[in-house]
Amino acid sequence: MRRGITRRRDGTYRVDLPEEERSVLASLPDQLRDALDAGEPTLYRLFPPAHAADEAANEEWARLVGPGLLDGKLRALAELQRTAHATSLDEEELGAWLGALESLRLVLGTQLDVTEEYDAFAKNDPDAPRHALYAWLSWLQEEVVQALAASLPEPRSNADA
Amino acid sequence: MSQIDEAPVEVPQRSAEDDRVEDRPWVVIVWNDPINLMSYVTLVLQKLFGYSRSKATRLMLQVHNEGKAVVSSGTREKAELDVSRLHAHGLWATMQQD
Repeated sequence: MRRGITRRRDGTYRVDLPEEERSVLASLPDQLRDALDAGEPTLYRLFPPAHAADEAANEEWARLVGPGLLDGKLRALAELQRTAHATSLDEEELGAWLGALESLRLVLGTQLDVTEEYDAFAKNDPDAPRHALYAWLSWLQEEVVQALAASLPEPRSNADA
Repeated sequence: MSQIDEAPVEVPQRSAEDDRVEDRPWVVIVWNDPINLMSYVTLVLQKLFGYSRSKATRLMLQVHNEGKAVVSSGTREKAELDVSRLHAHGLWATMQQD
């Protein structure tokens, strides 16, 4: 069996991950929720401004859109935690994995100061375990993306205009 | 489609007074960032806007190579909705009047 996530013919998804990786996955939502409760500054990446140069509009944006945005991210994290040990997921559940992995990578990547020239395996980095975690989350998100992309219908040509 | 897609996101409502002076279209811009996977950005653009894989890939590469790309345009309300959906998917998106 192939390690990772594979789309089945019936539209469900097979999740083949070792138990220790699933345990890590199940533990991460609590860590991010704790960070959210503590209001850590690296979380800014989860709640971007909507206007490049209009502070007043951004304050209104954060007030109106922020709670719904946070709620969506929390629900995806809860769904990942609930299904971390499942060997089969439906499309909605895998969509929640995609969203939760996105939030986890955005926050961890910001904390690790990831750049375009990022090398997860640079030597002698005291933060090596967290870099390895980031690399693993990236691999897993890529697995989810490829599995979900296989189910996307191509639009009719007029939708591409 | 997925749960995060269907998350109810409240969008700011504009008054009629706002609309009267704002006839020029708004554009929605996605900015490059070092964390998002290229494949993920392509998938999100396909899902949210119904773009073909080739169009979504072209826009993703423009973001990656040029630092940003206009991914949609329209009324202020449409731009706000699109930005909120892009934010719900973790992309760095802003809106501005063309």
